[in-house]
Amino acid sequence: MADQAENCFHCGESLAGRTVTHARIAGAQAAFCCPGCQTAAGMIEALGLSDYYTFRTGGTRPVRDADEWQAFDDPAVYEPLSREEGGGRGITLLIDGLTCAACSWLLNQVLERTPGVIRASVNTATGRAHLLWRQDQVPLSQLLRNIARLGYRPSPAGSDAAAAQARAERHRLLKRLAVSGLGMMQVMMFAVALYMGDRTGMDADIRAYLRIVSLLVSTPVLLYAGWPFMAGALRAIQARRITMDVPVGLALLLAYSASVINTARHAGEVYFDSVTMFIFFLTVARYVEMVARHRSTHLGDALARLLPAIAHRVEAGAAGEAITDVALAQVGVGDTLLVRSGEIVPADGEILDTWTRLDESMLTGESLPVARGPRARVAAGTFNVEAPFRMRVAAAGGATILAGITALLSRAQSERPRLTREADRTASRFLARVLLVAALVCAVWLYVNPARAFDATLAVLVVACPCALSLATLVAMASATAALARRGILVTHADAIEGLAQVDQVLFDKTGTLTGGQMTLGEVKLLGEIDREDCLAVAAALEAASEHPIARAFTQGRTPCPATQVRILPGEGIEGQVAGRSYRIGTSAFVARGLPPTAQRAAQGAMPNLTAAHKASADESLEGIVLSDAQGLLAQFTLRDAPRPEARETVAALRALGLAVEILSGDAPSTVAEVARLCGIDRHAARQSPADKLEHVRKMGAQGHFPAMVGDGINDAPSLGGAGVSIAMSRGSALALASADLILVSDSLRALPQAVSLARRAHRIMKQNLLWAAAYNLCAMPLAAIGWVPPWLAAIGMSTSSIIVVLNSLRLMRDPPLRARTAATVLKPALPREA
Amino acid sequence: MNIIFLLIPVTLVLVGLAAWAFFWAVGSGQFDELDAPAWDILRDDDERPGPPA
Repeated sequence: MADQAENCFHCGESLAGRTVTHARIAGAQAAFCCPGCQTAAGMIEALGLSDYYTFRTGGTRPVRDADEWQAFDDPAVYEPLSREEGGGRGITLLIDGLTCAACSWLLNQVLERTPGVIRASVNTATGRAHLLWRQDQVPLSQLLRNIARLGYRPSPAGSDAAAAQARAERHRLLKRLAVSGLGMMQVMMFAVALYMGDRTGMDADIRAYLRIVSLLVSTPVLLYAGWPFMAGALRAIQARRITMDVPVGLALLLAYSASVINTARHAGEVYFDSVTMFIFFLTVARYVEMVARHRSTHLGDALARLLPAIAHRVEAGAAGEAITDVALAQVGVGDTLLVRSGEIVPADGEILDTWTRLDESMLTGESLPVARGPRARVAAGTFNVEAPFRMRVAAAGGATILAGITALLSRAQSERPRLTREADRTASRFLARVLLVAALVCAVWLYVNPARAFDATLAVLVVACPCALSLATLVAMASATAALARRGILVTHADAIEGLAQVDQVLFDKTGTLTGGQMTLGEVKLLGEIDREDCLAVAAALEAASEHPIARAFTQGRTPCPATQVRILPGEGIEGQVAGRSYRIGTSAFVARGLPPTAQRAAQGAMPNLTAAHKASADESLEGIVLSDAQGLLAQFTLRDAPRPEARETVAALRALGLAVEILSGDAPSTVAEVARLCGIDRHAARQSPADKLEHVRKMGAQGHFPAMVGDGINDAPSLGGAGVSIAMSRGSALALASADLILVSDSLRALPQAVSLARRAHRIMKQNLLWAAAYNLCAMPLAAIGWVPPWLAAIGMSTSSIIVVLNSLRLMRDPPLRARTAATVLKPALPREA
Repeated sequence: MNIIFLLIPVTLVLVGLAAWAFFWAVGSGQFDELDAPAWDILRDDDERPGPPA
């Protein structure tokens, strides 16, 4: 029964070619890819939290076995990161890997059941957890380790200010929403009574009473919920600019003061209903906007998540050298650091002692780990795959290459909101005209019939209120955002949907986007006596000992036969015995050293061309791996990064939508061309640095195209920031996620064509809404100007037009019957990655 | 109709109470995380083994 399981029970990784471990979870046999995942599942089970597996909707990461948390028990490390709070210490942690509500529930439960934890609150929306614990009862390292054991990556948030500010803003807006909503409903009830009274007659005292009560209710609404608009108008006038707040604030103030005066003198009209309704609708719009804004992650967070919190500093003392763990901020230029295997390099610098392999894909897009030896430069943020090494720090913190890319990104982002600026300018021109028309109407009416001047002016201001106009796009975007979320696509920037609808080019990064980042075996060139099958079996036997990504290409789908006396030489290869014969596998230089001099000479014929081939392939970042026995060369293997299973289908679907597709990759031309062929893409550009990619994207924009960039690495981040629309894979680097407009949460490309067609539908609905709002304003404004529309009718008209706009937008939430099934598959608590 | 002179103040008091309750709820963090708490109800609370070692 366990044999049927093809994926790890905890993280969902494919189990093919792995040493599988089994355990009983929730009364059934479950299979795991690694002991880490098994421990995580066992811990969840022991706490009685197995429901997590039923309810999770996002992916779970495989658990990494690295213990970097001990250092957090040192008061010198944790004290600057936390503060004294309610009988314990409070710390805010950034949690990487929080993908759905079930994750935050799980973390919360696990943390709060640990003795010594006073309170834990985990927030999926911000990816943060606030932890209040007693340092005398439980060490911080234990808590961090528990989080890490579940497959999440905690890192202490440097500053809590931004999150606290966002929280305060949310609280303020929610309160304003409540006050204006409750107030609007009350005033509306009185207003209906007053309207009825106007038609059928009403006692004067009841009329006066209702008006006074309306005044009582609308005053707090105006002063509390309406205050931001009035303050905004005041600020805009002081700065001699016209913003949306100016006519809004003016209309509110005019309507309210006129109503107060008319209430006091028991004559004329009151507009309390219009005032409160107006404030409520505007507050709703502000709230929707704020929610969208807060969802995008802060850049500072992304950087903090990328680097380890702790570095191991090597200090030479009298009694040899000592290794102390220090906080990252304490690392200075010239320090010697130890970077263990499986750790992220904390600073830029130079390797001092040994050869290792580094995964630099986050910086360069290069899919395979590269060998780096003594005196080679290493960059912060890269991942040490193989051997522990010592390094001398050349740059730390803000001076690193990583920080440079971040700066590039923030510049690209700041240049982007062109659409937004244009919309603001249009609105500002429109608003200026509204004010002008209102003034004109007022002047004309004062000349013709001063008694009606106020009503007419107010009607113009209310009718022309861009309420429906601003709701037209906001509500459509909100419902499109919700509809996209149900398909596994997270929208982080408000203008992403509009952008996605206009896209005519889709640019894909290769590694991690079109491909899954997993190596597969390509060509096998036989050089010796034994056949292909035997070569592969021997290679699998040797590579089974290695954790290297390349090794998986050999071991996948095979049960390796046992190898003895295996020795792994980092950055070079593996040697060992299989069935009594010794073999070597690795780089050609490493393999050649193992051959007897005669065989080296005998292989001379093959070697020059082999080394040439290897050089060429190394140059093209294809891995040329050679296998030999004690006598001579046996085979040469070529590896490649296989495209995702859904890549071809996605590209075809995008084409069907009329989009041009292109690959932009940092990889070598041959690799890129191969992937392009497999995915059915004819245009591709190779060897693109982050700056090249950004330049390419910019050039396209200058040619009048509207490109969408799909990527996952740090090297994609600047071009993601510079593209019309940027889309990141959910497993991408934090920096890519931070600079993306849309995130494919399901980590599958399949959702992409759906997103485009949904965005186009949203765009159509937005246009309908705008057309309706504009038509309504254009028809109603002249009528209001000539005095045919009393302010109460104007307010009703404005609300009706807003409601029509809202209802039209809500159509986006309804799935067309055929697509409903696809949405359901996304919703299903699915495994994070296709098998 | 004179009853409204009593009923409307009563409703206003109730509205005031509702607003106060909502302010309290916002202030105490009830609206900070709207997704996760919904899952709590789906969980069986019957057995509560000890915390992790």
